[in-house]
Amino acid sequence: MAGIVGAVVQPVLIVTGAPVLVGMMRQVRARLEGRAGAGVMQPWRDLRKLFGKERITPRGTSEVFRVAPLVLVATTLVVTVVAPFVTTDSAVDPAADLFAVVALLALGAVALALAGLDTGTAFGGMGASREMTILALVEPTLLVAIFALSVRVGSTNLAAIVSATVHDPGRVISPASLLAAVALIVVIIAETGRLPVDNPSTHLELTMVHEAMILEYAGPDLALVELASAMRLSVFLGLLANLFLPWGVATTAAPLALLVGVVALVVKIGVLGALLAAGEVFLAKLRLFRVPELLAGSFLLALLAVGASFFLA
Amino acid sequence: MAAVAAVAVPVRARSTVAGLGTAFAGAAGVVAGIAATTGGVFSVRLSGVLPLFGVSLTLDALGGVFVAVTSGVAVAAGIYGISYTRSHGLDARPVQAVFPLFVVAMLLVPAAGSVSSFLVCWELMALFSLLLVVAEHRRRPEVASAGRWYAVMTHLGFVAVLIGLVVFAGHATDDSFTALRAAARDLSPGVAGVVFVVTLAGFASKAGIVPLHAWLPRAHPEAPSHVSALMSAAMVNLGVYGMVRVGFDLLGGASAGGPTWWWLLVLTLGALSAVYGILQAAMSTDLKRLLGHSTTENMGLVLIALGAAGLFTSSGNRVLAGVALAAALLHVINHAAFKTLLFLAAGSVLHATGSRDLDALGGLRSGMPQTTAAFGLGALAASALPPGTAFVSEWLLLQALIHGLPSGSGDPGTALAVAMPVAVAAVALTAGLAVATFVKAFGVGFLAKPRSESAATARESPATMRAAMGLAAVACVVLAVLPGVVLPGVASASGVVLGAGEPAVAAAVTLRLTGVTGALSPLIITVALLAAFVLAAGVLRAVTARRAARREARLWDCGAGPMSARMEYTATSFAEPLQRVFDNVVQPETDVDVTHHEESRYLVAAVEYRRKVPDRIERRLYQPVLNLVAAWGRVGRRLATGSVHRYLGYGFYTVCGLLLLLAVTR
Repeated sequence: MAGIVGAVVQPVLIVTGAPVLVGMMRQVRARLEGRAGAGVMQPWRDLRKLFGKERITPRGTSEVFRVAPLVLVATTLVVTVVAPFVTTDSAVDPAADLFAVVALLALGAVALALAGLDTGTAFGGMGASREMTILALVEPTLLVAIFALSVRVGSTNLAAIVSATVHDPGRVISPASLLAAVALIVVIIAETGRLPVDNPSTHLELTMVHEAMILEYAGPDLALVELASAMRLSVFLGLLANLFLPWGVATTAAPLALLVGVVALVVKIGVLGALLAAGEVFLAKLRLFRVPELLAGSFLLALLAVGASFFLA
Repeated sequence: MAAVAAVAVPVRARSTVAGLGTAFAGAAGVVAGIAATTGGVFSVRLSGVLPLFGVSLTLDALGGVFVAVTSGVAVAAGIYGISYTRSHGLDARPVQAVFPLFVVAMLLVPAAGSVSSFLVCWELMALFSLLLVVAEHRRRPEVASAGRWYAVMTHLGFVAVLIGLVVFAGHATDDSFTALRAAARDLSPGVAGVVFVVTLAGFASKAGIVPLHAWLPRAHPEAPSHVSALMSAAMVNLGVYGMVRVGFDLLGGASAGGPTWWWLLVLTLGALSAVYGILQAAMSTDLKRLLGHSTTENMGLVLIALGAAGLFTSSGNRVLAGVALAAALLHVINHAAFKTLLFLAAGSVLHATGSRDLDALGGLRSGMPQTTAAFGLGALAASALPPGTAFVSEWLLLQALIHGLPSGSGDPGTALAVAMPVAVAAVALTAGLAVATFVKAFGVGFLAKPRSESAATARESPATMRAAMGLAAVACVVLAVLPGVVLPGVASASGVVLGAGEPAVAAAVTLRLTGVTGALSPLIITVALLAAFVLAAGVLRAVTARRAARREARLWDCGAGPMSARMEYTATSFAEPLQRVFDNVVQPETDVDVTHHEESRYLVAAVEYRRKVPDRIERRLYQPVLNLVAAWGRVGRRLATGSVHRYLGYGFYTVCGLLLLLAVTR
């Protein structure tokens, strides 16, 4: 029962909330930089404007280009349905596997990279190449960090990991958890294209990764891509929050528990987003070829986390 | 029969007869293989066929899996070969006759029931495949070199297997596998270790495992495409079959566990091959060479699973060993399906454009939509993303590895504690790089703008070739969405090997592990993805319904006029960041030649840039040996001056020397 409610509430919450999260993060940055900012609802206003525009396809592109935004949205939607954000009960438990979730998110990135290549422009190819390089390096860290988290639970099922942490909060401050958390934070920054790996507000050819792939999108297609990338950010922050700070997540189907779950999720993602935005103010973007060093470091942390989870258990 | 028919019939019908014959043989093989996995054990003894030993054939569930996989690939390759060979001028008698023989030899290897028959079939398989690899040697000189590499490596591998199995059989009453199984218990650890390592080397060379992989990226691209599919999707599997048969079954690895170092060795080799193979694939720009390297990677993943299964049996965890072995076998099946599809699609590209170079392809989607779809499906399956086939088997493998370090209960031992995280890291790195590799192969090769005239004018291949690709594609989809259909067979095969009858994985819609927690439903994921996709598309349509239809517009070209295909990213440039990241591992060689203007050296007339990513392991390991052999040959040449007197003198001195030796030792 709680699973079905979660499967309905979570996607709605994330689809409506994700642009607000992005707006909030931009606002935090603006205030810290001494600007007034465009307001928290600006991303929604942008989306509305984009959805109202004409659909334009660049000449010489194929179905891949047209379908990619939908695939990106679809993969993220599936993750919002299956992952335990509001409740630990998943409506589709056999799909709520950490590997499946990671692979689904990767599938979305792949669709976008193929769309970038499909345009046949130098920018599209460059963005795709960079995105795939980062993805190839992020994947190991992500899976090893997950390994560290699943070893102590004995399962890779997300719901199982989250509820195990709810029932035994002491695990959060174990060395394995802390190491894995740091590794995951680095990975999430890389996957969602935030500073210092990628600058989400840049349009400078030397530094673009994500933006370079989507340069040819316009109108409703662009709106979908923007919405999906905002959703991915919320999903990653939500996963981070519930894997390490699962308090408040509903373990029963009681309406009050579910309400608490929703509020807790909003607060947690909001605080994490604000922290990320505040951190970005103090960072400059890394050179592309310094990024692998950062990712190698986080990979090492993830491996140490596995070691710690075994030897210090 | 098909081979005889292929020799007999005239040129026009030859390829059809050989192809259909192979396909029918394959279909029969599939049935026999499936029958064997569902419990029947076939046993035949033909004492008259070979002198001394006769031929004995026994097909159990383990062999059945491999027979079914091989013949499944043979069906697709046979149908594909009909028009492919005709249009490539390969309908000479030898090639057409050898092709069915190669398939039959491959089918007999897993069915062999004694050492002698196994070795004979193994050698026949090597020989026939060699003949097929060099089929196009008249047209392209590089085929001969590939053939030489293949001949030497495959025969060294054969010698290794021969030595190992003969030593083993020497300790048994006769050479049947039953006798070997009985003798394994009394084998001293030293002898067993030698047998294991020597046969492992032989089988690993067939499976293309690093560092014995050097032949694979040479032979697979140069063979005709349907033969590449057979070699890459079916023949390499028999190396895996050999390891499972000898390591687990005959040497009693399953019952006694076998020493830990055996399986650590297998695991290390697997991890090395997986990472190195995919890294080389990520750098390659030759489409078929890329697929060849990816075979090394996938066999590496299978070896990781085998090593893990062995380690679990040694530490007494039979349930997990079952899961790991099931992961290995399932990955073999999946790999066969998607690699067949990919090689056939690559052959279709080669057929249409005459090129395998990704840097010269691109834009094939408009001319050959069906081939593009086939390759896209194969690439999705190969990059271990849902809803693809490899995703399921890699998930199974990771489940086995994760449960290898149980939380709290019991001490899995230090070997496992170190091996499991490293294995997970290797699998994960492989998965990430595979995604990048196949995005490159598909995106650069099939999407974007055509980079050459031949790519721009490419047209779809003949119907039989497309039908064969369709068959392989259907197999991929079924395996991806409903892996449950093959799991009972896999489970009974691993049951035969590990002794325990209990299936490792129970599955209908949902894959649920027995004995450990873990569940995954590829079907539900696929349905959910489709539903979400339809939902998103519906919302988009509803939102934009008031608008006019899509309008086409110019690409953004910075205002500098129409963009040419030369401005696109190529496969080389796509892989450049990865190459730079793994600089220390692959050690690429770059060469920049600047030609200055004759009047001033401040003016540049031409800049030439060359880049090569050599196989580093090959260079370090094989080059010294080859140099040594060459040096030895040069020294030896000095002895042969052509003077008959000198040769007579050699004979005289040798006889004298021998007589002296005998006189002294007696």
